[in-house]
Amino acid sequence: MTLHLAILPILIPMIGGLLMLLPPFAGAHRYQYRRVAALLLMLIQVAFSSYLMLMVVQNGAIMYAVGDWKPPFGIILYADQLSAMLVALTSFLGLGITLYSFSGVDRKGKYFHPLIQFQLLGIYGAFLTNDLFNLFVFFEVLLIASYTLLMHGEGKQKTAANVHYVILNLIGSSLFLFALGTLYGITGTLNIADMAARVAELSGSNQIIAQAGGSLLLIVFGLKSAMLPLHFWLPQTYAAASAPVAALFAIMTKVGVYCIFRVYTVIFGEQAGELANMIQIWAWPLAILTIVAGTIGALASPNLRTLAGNLVIISVGTLLITFSLRTPEATAAGLFYLIHSTLVTGALFLIADMVGQQRGKALDYFVIAREIKQKALLGVLFLIAAMALAGLPPFAGFLGKLVILQSATGSDQIVWVWSIILVPSLITIIALSRAGTTLFWRNTPSRDASESPGVSKWQLSGTLLLLGASPLFALFGASIIEYTNSAAAQLHDIDYLLEVMNLGGDAQ
Amino acid sequence: METVYVICVGVLTSCGIFLCLRGRTFSVVVGLTMLSYAVNLFLFSSGRLNLKDAAILGMGESYADPLPQALTLTAIVIGFAMIAFVVILALRARADLGNDFVDGTEPPDTDKLLKSNRGKV
Repeated sequence: MTLHLAILPILIPMIGGLLMLLPPFAGAHRYQYRRVAALLLMLIQVAFSSYLMLMVVQNGAIMYAVGDWKPPFGIILYADQLSAMLVALTSFLGLGITLYSFSGVDRKGKYFHPLIQFQLLGIYGAFLTNDLFNLFVFFEVLLIASYTLLMHGEGKQKTAANVHYVILNLIGSSLFLFALGTLYGITGTLNIADMAARVAELSGSNQIIAQAGGSLLLIVFGLKSAMLPLHFWLPQTYAAASAPVAALFAIMTKVGVYCIFRVYTVIFGEQAGELANMIQIWAWPLAILTIVAGTIGALASPNLRTLAGNLVIISVGTLLITFSLRTPEATAAGLFYLIHSTLVTGALFLIADMVGQQRGKALDYFVIAREIKQKALLGVLFLIAAMALAGLPPFAGFLGKLVILQSATGSDQIVWVWSIILVPSLITIIALSRAGTTLFWRNTPSRDASESPGVSKWQLSGTLLLLGASPLFALFGASIIEYTNSAAAQLHDIDYLLEVMNLGGDAQ
Repeated sequence: METVYVICVGVLTSCGIFLCLRGRTFSVVVGLTMLSYAVNLFLFSSGRLNLKDAAILGMGESYADPLPQALTLTAIVIGFAMIAFVVILALRARADLGNDFVDGTEPPDTDKLLKSNRGKV
């Protein structure tokens, strides 16, 4: 069991998702069976990913050679503290949205739960793999699942958004393969650790080709993570998706950010000779502009879902800032912020859906409409999410921004970092309070709210699960920051990676 | 041989990009197909081109790199599936949105706008 622990997060949703397509679970009227199976699968995944995280902390990073083909030849899965943490985060988010979907969203299509499992499979795989081509394959797995999940439910809006999303990502996949071909042609390997060792030894003209390949990869990851100027698809897509799907998509941009962290820290990091930190000059302005674009978008959003989508863009920009600082401390701060913002943004999408349910045709648009039925409950949930996202104490969003600000002290960019984190925070507060006042306080007095549906227990449990992380993070902040610190240190320690891969000694 | 190969990949890629920028879904789908062909050829060439070597060790003096061949196979399979999906999606969009434009709305007909304004100005 422990031997194959690193591949279990990939195998469980794959086999589980496939089984859910077969007789006892197939068919529109068997949805209860699928729900039980989905819940069980999610609980198993949470348990195993937490166990994986525990084992990685205790025994160091796990290298798993698929089919026992030793590195650099075979496909290698590599679970270090960073991967294990993100896998655990994904499974937790998956549990939350699965619970939420039991309220009836999952009955709009027969394949909702299997598709969620395939989506999770792709995300886990992208986090765990240490092979660039394998990363491409897992990207495609998570993308094809997301294409179909985006169509889940009814609405023409979904089709229009999906056409853009699919075409953009197919072009992105082509670019990814071009980049891979270039890098493989130059370095002769696809293993990330092995490539890191070889990039430093490249001769002058080959270096330029490797730089071209590496820069192409940045475009691909930028598209996935919605980095400016590749972010235009995001607000529309996330606003069109049904609530649990949008909440799950909150982790998808983080897959792109994770890849940027991994590839440009390990392959093109400090030790890469001439190519060291080659994208840093791009990452800085792009990160700042991403935050600016997200902030303007947040102010201009016509409804709560678009607002949440723009907050996702801001969080991506903030993560890119922590990437651009290129210190383990900044990376650690970014990771802490990543976990928290993913869960809370996910919860905000769910809250937007519940609010929309109780406002009739006005949905979650910022217009004067009928009174919300469960005003107090939804209002409190929204307030917690908004405070956590804007970074107000006592919630962990405050802590996340604080550690980012702290990590920038002493560096030359302190003025930039502080202003680009703090000013957008203020504007976010304005956007969120405008949203809250319109949604909860400005009503037409005449309409009776009693006929709108109440919040079901599944919706509430799913949202609370995701939202509950914020106060918990504030309570256990010290130990989580300690964990992200050691995860970041592990990410930046290339020699350790080479040692785990048994590539360290020989220069081959 | 390298020159012909390079020109092929280049022409396919530029045609693909041009078609992807068009307004209707049909040409975009054709453009995506061309891009994926170009990618497959490009990936294949990343192991260097040679005419007579086999991808098996011990059969001759030199041997071809087998890995790009495996990569190309994978890329073909994935690319084919994705193109199939995008074709179905384009059909669905045609049915749902009532036109075959990528944006989902018919662009304002510039010819008509010009003509109708011409008398007034």
